[in-house]
Amino acid sequence: MNARSPLYMDLYARRLWLNRVNLMVSLLAMLFGLFWLGWILLTLFQAGFAGITADLFLKTTPPPGSSGGLINAIGGSLMMGVTGTLLGTPIGIMAGIYLAEFGSRGWLAPATRFINDILLSAPSIVIGLFIYEAYVVQVRHFSAWAGTMALALIVIPVVIRTTENMLRLVPDSLREAAAALGAPQWKIIMLVTVRAAQAGILTGILLAVARISGETAPLLFTALNNQFGTLNMNSPMANLPMVIFQFAMSPYEDWHRLAWAGALLITLSVLVLNILARVFFRNKTPMY
Amino acid sequence: MSAVVDHVPGLTKLAPTATMPTMLRTIPEGSLRKHHRLDLLFRHATRCFAFLVLALLLGILASLLLGSLPSIRAFGFGFFVSAEWNPVTQQFGALVPIMGTLATSAIALMIGIPVSFGIALFLTELSPIWLRRPLGTAIELLAAIPSIIYGMWGLFVFAPVFSQHVQPLLTQTLGSIPLVGALFQGAPMGIGVLTAGIILAIMVIPFMASVMRDVFEIVPAVLKESAYALGSTTWEVVWNVVLPYTKVGVVGGVMLGLGRALGETMAVTFVIGNAHRLSLSIMEPGNSIASALANEFTEAVGDLYLSALIELGLVLFLITFVVLALSKLLLMRLSRFEGQKT
Amino acid sequence: MNIAALQPLHEVAAQKIQVKSLNFYYGRFQALKDVTLSISEKKVTAFIGPSGCGKSTLLRTFNRMYALYPNQEAQGEILLDGENILAPRQDLNSLRAKVGMVFQKPTPFPMSIYDNIAFGVKLYESLSQRAMEERVEWALNKAALWNEVKDKLKQSGTSLSGGQQQRLCIARCIAVKPEVLLLDEPASALDPISTGRIEELVHELKGDYTIVIVTHNMQQAARVSDYTAYMYLGEMVEFGVTDEIFIKPKNKATEDYITGRFG
Repeated sequence: MNARSPLYMDLYARRLWLNRVNLMVSLLAMLFGLFWLGWILLTLFQAGFAGITADLFLKTTPPPGSSGGLINAIGGSLMMGVTGTLLGTPIGIMAGIYLAEFGSRGWLAPATRFINDILLSAPSIVIGLFIYEAYVVQVRHFSAWAGTMALALIVIPVVIRTTENMLRLVPDSLREAAAALGAPQWKIIMLVTVRAAQAGILTGILLAVARISGETAPLLFTALNNQFGTLNMNSPMANLPMVIFQFAMSPYEDWHRLAWAGALLITLSVLVLNILARVFFRNKTPMY
Repeated sequence: MSAVVDHVPGLTKLAPTATMPTMLRTIPEGSLRKHHRLDLLFRHATRCFAFLVLALLLGILASLLLGSLPSIRAFGFGFFVSAEWNPVTQQFGALVPIMGTLATSAIALMIGIPVSFGIALFLTELSPIWLRRPLGTAIELLAAIPSIIYGMWGLFVFAPVFSQHVQPLLTQTLGSIPLVGALFQGAPMGIGVLTAGIILAIMVIPFMASVMRDVFEIVPAVLKESAYALGSTTWEVVWNVVLPYTKVGVVGGVMLGLGRALGETMAVTFVIGNAHRLSLSIMEPGNSIASALANEFTEAVGDLYLSALIELGLVLFLITFVVLALSKLLLMRLSRFEGQKT
Repeated sequence: MNIAALQPLHEVAAQKIQVKSLNFYYGRFQALKDVTLSISEKKVTAFIGPSGCGKSTLLRTFNRMYALYPNQEAQGEILLDGENILAPRQDLNSLRAKVGMVFQKPTPFPMSIYDNIAFGVKLYESLSQRAMEERVEWALNKAALWNEVKDKLKQSGTSLSGGQQQRLCIARCIAVKPEVLLLDEPASALDPISTGRIEELVHELKGDYTIVIVTHNMQQAARVSDYTAYMYLGEMVEFGVTDEIFIKPKNKATEDYITGRFG
């Protein structure tokens, strides 16, 4: 058929129409996504800001019917977040180094990568369950240490993945240049390769922190919750996600208000961490 | 020793013989050995940490198995087909939570895959260049919002709106279609399996969209240009060139979304209704494994109750393990197949 | 191939590196076939040839850089001052401290200029602060970089221009006082002016170091080297004094390459 026969024009028009329809649908999909984002954030900011008062940072969680704040929950989340990150990061970096620098031979590296990907996407409630069985049951009480361990288990796969990826990006010529000077392998790795990748590795850590800031499930059976403030890591400790869970599922108005305020705090810190990680990574000139 | 070499001219000019010292600049023997020892130590240390990851997985499986033993012994295979969940009579069956988990994830994927694809398509082909980064960031922000926020928003904001405006509509329209209609019966309560599925969809869309967008972006421009040069429309290029080229990554992204949907706890717990009732309609409240655990674990009394819950956790872990393992094997197989073609 | 026969009789040329029947494999692919030659001490030897002829491969056997990668294997003998460096008990780190290498792409370490130079030195020598500063200055002077960076020693090595980075790498190499310098196409990533500087540097350095340079630029080989080896498809086709190779090559294949008939 030649380009002007009616059959051809019919087919052509149909193709154009199909194209237009599908592109329209994709625009709708984009708007769909943005719509939910907007709605959620709007609600969160409205309801959250209503609950932000100075008391939030001064008083501990109240029983229903009285006013209070979230300081014990904030403190607990900070303590467990920091210790969990401190515990998980070195493990993750060392394993990531093994995968990137020593992982070309043998079975351990591919197996570890496979398992790490599974742990990365494993339900965090199962992680909490594991720490419950392996630790809480053994010592017969809930504690912030248990919460720390559960959070560390979430940090580790994230750090392993980003560390390995960032180390792999460092070009071999840099490693060879260090080897050419007679440097032993451990010095090449620690003083040259890791240094070259440090911006990326730090970004990975920031992202891991952002991830655990919002996690509730791992704390459900480990750190539990605590009505009061405490610095004792060996006892149950209040934390923002658990408090929000408890307060939101309750029928009390003032508890709901505190829950929204807490939700806003968590979201803001997660968003700030994500933006920080992004900006930090983009601004650091690649060191190779 | 290097000082000697520098200041004694002629020392380097002698022709080598077998008896000449070979290292004209000697490196202390001790520091060489120290380097070797440290190298070995370092390699072993990193190796240990890699082993730790393996040990973790085995530990998780082992502890979950141990914890479920009482329940496995009490209920055996019947656990998976019984819809009974009665703490009083100590009869537990996993059918309701398992169905709930599968149903909510299925709904999430059915809504999520086309939408994610549409978003990825928009970001890579349609959107003006200056919009791409902000929109991409917006989508990633959606992924960063913690799940408990989704849960709260779902319960307090979405569910009321859903029950008042959308659910009656669904019951009237889809509910009257024979066969399919059975899925859409029931009082418009706002919470339930469908609501949980929708919230899950909104949660997994950013993950899948990001992965799809990333793989769409690495399609070589020359490939697309060749298709355009033949007169293809944008849609035809995407459907016939981009998608087949990236199907490996797309499948990976979908699997990632599925894995997340299966294990999601907080978003689902708030809105699924926590009812151990099996019903055909997805508008009814139900339960998922994760939400059952979240709601009941801390108040479970009795070893059998606890063990049944742990067995639920084991089942969830195994389901996600299988899904993720399958997706990785599929990706390996697909990429090997691609390799053979060239 | 007897090098001594090419030298004027009053100068005994020391053979720093002697390669005997070297074969090299990347997996099952043989990249070097029965290569035999000698590198003279304190002279510049150039390896030339079309892409893939094995010149870089040959260079990288001299400091056993290939040992970093699996499936790469060398067979034969390479004698450095009479000792076979391909022997299994050869310590690689000490070999590499003696034989330095500069790569095609400048590779400054992610640290300050000062630390870049000090890195190699600290591996095997413990110098006082002053001695280290003197060594750094000496190395940078030798590499003709001191005047340009003396005020910014604390700045990152990556902040320098391409040509400066390459001279930094050369300074880093020299600072550890090696005996042999291996240069793998050191100027191919640089602009013509930087290239000229590097070539001047090679001229100045050859008084103190044995230099082997791989280059795909024939004119550069003619300008810079005392001896030239022409390689093709893994074989050493011809090796001799640079002037003779370029003016009156003995092998027709060499003549074809040099006159640009191919490659």
